[in-house]
Amino acid sequence: MDHTIEYISELVKKTGRKREHLLPVLQGVVQRENCLSDETIIEIARQLDLPTADVYGTATFYSFLETQKMGKYVIRVCKTITCAMKGKNQILLTIEDMLKIGIGETSTDKQFSLLQTNCLGWCHKAPAMLINDEVYTELTPEKVREILSEYIKK
Amino acid sequence: MAEHYNLKRADFIFRNENDWEKILSRTLEKDKQELINELISSELKGRGGAGFPTGLKWKLASEAVADQKYVICNADEGEPGTFKDREILTKVPFKVLTGMGICGYISGASQGYIYLRGEYKFLKADLEKAISEFEYYCKEINFDFNIKIFMGSGAYICGEETALMESMEGFRGEPRNKPPFPTNQGYMGKPTVINNVETLAHTFTIFKHGAKKFYDLGVQFSRGTKLFSVSGDTPKPGIYELELGMSLQDFVDEFGDGDTKAVQVGGASGFLVPRKRFGVTSIGFKGKLTGISLPTGGSMMLFNSTRSMFNVLDNYLEFFREESCGQCTPCRVGCQQLLLGIKAVKQGQKQAAYLDKLLKLTETMQYTAKCGLGQSVANSFSSIVENFREEMIY
Amino acid sequence: MSKKISISINGISYEVDPEKTILEVANDAGIIIPTLCYHKDLCVAGNCRVCVVEVVGQTRLAASCATPCHDNMEILTNTLKVRNSRKHIIELLLSEHNADCTKCYKNGNCELQELAAEYKIMSQDLIELVNHKNYTIDMYSPSIIKDDSRCIRCQRCVRTCAELQGVNALAVAYKGDHMKISTFFEKSMNDVVCTNCGQCVNHCPTGALIEKNYIEEVWEAISDPEKHVIVQTAPAVRVGLGEEMGIEVGTRVTGRMVAALKNLGFDSVLDTDFTADLTIMEEGTELLTRLKKALVDNDPKAKLPMYTSCSPGWIKYIEHMYPESLDNLSTCKSPQQMFGALAKTYYAKSRKLDPEKIVSVSVMPCTAKKFESYRPEMHDSGYRDVDYVLTTRELAIMIKQAGIDFKKLPEKKFDRLMGESSGAAVIFGATGGVMEAALRTAYELVTGREVPFENLNIAPVRGMDGVREASITIEKPLEQWSFLDGVELKCAVAHGLVNAKKVMEAVKNHEADYHFVEIMACPGGCLGGGGQPIPTNPEIRERRAKAIYEEDAFMPIRKSHQNPEVIKIYKDFLHKPMGEKSHKLLHTHYTPRKRY
Repeated sequence: MDHTIEYISELVKKTGRKREHLLPVLQGVVQRENCLSDETIIEIARQLDLPTADVYGTATFYSFLETQKMGKYVIRVCKTITCAMKGKNQILLTIEDMLKIGIGETSTDKQFSLLQTNCLGWCHKAPAMLINDEVYTELTPEKVREILSEYIKK
Repeated sequence: MAEHYNLKRADFIFRNENDWEKILSRTLEKDKQELINELISSELKGRGGAGFPTGLKWKLASEAVADQKYVICNADEGEPGTFKDREILTKVPFKVLTGMGICGYISGASQGYIYLRGEYKFLKADLEKAISEFEYYCKEINFDFNIKIFMGSGAYICGEETALMESMEGFRGEPRNKPPFPTNQGYMGKPTVINNVETLAHTFTIFKHGAKKFYDLGVQFSRGTKLFSVSGDTPKPGIYELELGMSLQDFVDEFGDGDTKAVQVGGASGFLVPRKRFGVTSIGFKGKLTGISLPTGGSMMLFNSTRSMFNVLDNYLEFFREESCGQCTPCRVGCQQLLLGIKAVKQGQKQAAYLDKLLKLTETMQYTAKCGLGQSVANSFSSIVENFREEMIY
Repeated sequence: MSKKISISINGISYEVDPEKTILEVANDAGIIIPTLCYHKDLCVAGNCRVCVVEVVGQTRLAASCATPCHDNMEILTNTLKVRNSRKHIIELLLSEHNADCTKCYKNGNCELQELAAEYKIMSQDLIELVNHKNYTIDMYSPSIIKDDSRCIRCQRCVRTCAELQGVNALAVAYKGDHMKISTFFEKSMNDVVCTNCGQCVNHCPTGALIEKNYIEEVWEAISDPEKHVIVQTAPAVRVGLGEEMGIEVGTRVTGRMVAALKNLGFDSVLDTDFTADLTIMEEGTELLTRLKKALVDNDPKAKLPMYTSCSPGWIKYIEHMYPESLDNLSTCKSPQQMFGALAKTYYAKSRKLDPEKIVSVSVMPCTAKKFESYRPEMHDSGYRDVDYVLTTRELAIMIKQAGIDFKKLPEKKFDRLMGESSGAAVIFGATGGVMEAALRTAYELVTGREVPFENLNIAPVRGMDGVREASITIEKPLEQWSFLDGVELKCAVAHGLVNAKKVMEAVKNHEADYHFVEIMACPGGCLGGGGQPIPTNPEIRERRAKAIYEEDAFMPIRKSHQNPEVIKIYKDFLHKPMGEKSHKLLHTHYTPRKRY
């Protein structure tokens, strides 16, 4: 937790501590920790002089600002129309099978979390997914297995 | 028949042009009023989907009196089936930055922002490089203008301009009541011009080649070219720059797979056009065109006969149910009702006539929702249910 | 003033201020437009959409609460499109709402129910969404119950908690179909910064936020022949209760309230005003003692300004938000808790009752008093000092349940022993009242003369401005107070916690050097409390305040130290203000709490 406080302090030093700096600060924490815990939100609220409920309410509005504990790698499979048409379900099944987790779950080794997300903007190369900030497109079950194997090796 | 022509490809946006510095410095020497007139005469309309005249928007902001104004580039491209803005920012960022700079000059804003959707975070580093190069040049020519990137975090509704500003100010991305409009009270309560990525890129074309060049393309009320994001059942998905005003039939002839059953024009918030109406539908902004003219942010999704329109609608409604900001009743509750409603009809728990009730509901949503999201759910819902009713029923 | 513009509503022309919204203009013109998310206390949200009207020339309807008028605007409020849309929106809200009205505490006083009745929503075609959601009911707070299944997401509570109170215990969380009103990480209201003020309850249009009621417990006690059940009533109740009984706003119903309480079967009907007077004696003495320590002895432990401690919402607020300033709080218990402590000691002794058998009930305009009565430190009598706290609204329910025709009741007087009071105690119910009462007594104690204001009405501390300042220069004090000669006693009054924050920040930043500050958690003071009749709004608060000051003006005794029962209790029991017994029974301590 001390590290987090330090990290938030540094972030706030960079971004500023006004209301309009809230999102960049939240994003910075998620970048590092993949999610926002109650402790980190309290610390952010303290440093930006905002009510905790307000910060929580703002964070939960945004799909990428997770308040649930997430794995090191967050996989977000696009479920919107074109990806759905082009085999998103196959992709999900492949991931579920390989990592032994369902949608919304985190693997026991805390390495992977699996989520669905709305349109990623790669409809011409559907299906697509994000692993943290990396985009993977034109997915096939084989391709997914290759990609995940690389992550597992990391 | 609508005034339209066969499909005409164009190449302005992605044309490799390395003269942005020249265009910027040359334009900044011109009289602001003259530039506004130039932009107005081009009849450029917003390329995000709503189609507000860009020249008028810049004019209103330039007339607003304030100590600080802002220019925002809306790169929160979230409409299902749209991916053109990402390509613009990847390939020709300087056209967008130049457009923003000129807008800043005209409107009197010295600070610009690019609101980049969280899903496009991988673009950020390159874009920042381009911005620093751009700012360096601005400094060189003594033009006081800076641009910052503001990252989104996964919320479709933030593409709505006032929701985007709320988000930038550190709040939940909930659309504001209008009026006031952004050109009077936008970001931080200051006059703000907010334009889609593509719109700004087009202004580059206009200030470089002149309004006439742009105006001469397209058809009446729908001037110029437009980027189309083509996806779905097509052998050639991708991004294409086409003149506005084409008939949907020509579009399908070019991009279809020979079995096209329907085309969704304008993404989930747009309209579904069935095969029988391809010939009478043209793509452009509403005007005095005969036949039906559909505005679009450029999303063109093709569906062939293997696709269930129920599944398509179900997918859209799930999208809206999740992406509604949730503040206003018609949109928050309406989207949930529509989704559960079509499922109930499909599963036989409700009579087919329930679809008519739902159609009425979308009408109310259109009249009463606070912003474009809730208002436009009716578009896809009614066009799908009315044209493919038999696919909705148990 | 800007120039008037002309608009028309339903074909009739009006000249109006351009700043006004369609809703305001229509209301001025006597045209009623239904609303839900709109509240006169709060900023405009424009999110329920039930107030839509047609503007000629526009396809879409306009939310009248959020749309300013413009010149030549033609507005239609009663077209088929408007009616159908409103009806549709009400149906949507009902589909999302647990509309099991007969099992709802707010049945009969629900704005959504009223609209449903008005628009005759006879059938429910839409799918009931309540069944599809995992709604939770938070019952852990002793003051407030939050039932998400009854929430219509108008956000009035969120705006109340932020704009009126600056507490922000409630916020809007998530989006889309998951959007909800939530505390921090969806914890219980009891585990967050909530002050229990109940303003959210007072502003909630439905049954999503209600007080935790203790009606059945009180009935049970009354019915128990073994128990001696006494009731105390706070000053603000007598100017609010009438509203629940169909009597015009701003009517004083003290005598009828007492009669009703006797009819309900309470063994003794007493007055919190008695301990309000006692509070003045204790708190006034405490203030003078602090002043002496600070001004003469230079005692660093004597903290100034001294803040009043009557308002439990304020106490919880300062414990959370400014725990470093707890030493500035008066150590006096609130009048309710002083009363409770005395009920099971002084009263029991005098009436020769076994305190074990006494059930002490209070009727308060307040929900925070419920929490206060649960505080572990409030057992100084050796028992729980106050057993049950009812709001004004709960009392009204009991009166109705008992079949009492309130309007026709003959007026009765409070019972004696802790039933006598002064006008100074009555005005405790209005913002500035404690200050005024304290000044009336303190000034006289110090100088031997009455406060130099006409009819004892200290006008500068009255009114509805959020923060009010006053000062009084002490001249020619009595011998023992000579150190106060020429001292300008600087006072401030704040109501609504958002204004409390202003005072606290000003003091913290050394922008203000007050000696004495009165703070009430609720806007308008207790008369606008979270337990008062719904609706409460600026106009209603003004009228209740007027009634309170009338009550004061008609009282034979206007100053706390002249209350004969107060004189008697010091003679027989307490001996002197701030004395040993007072210290044990009437004073308390505070608990620092987390802000985050």
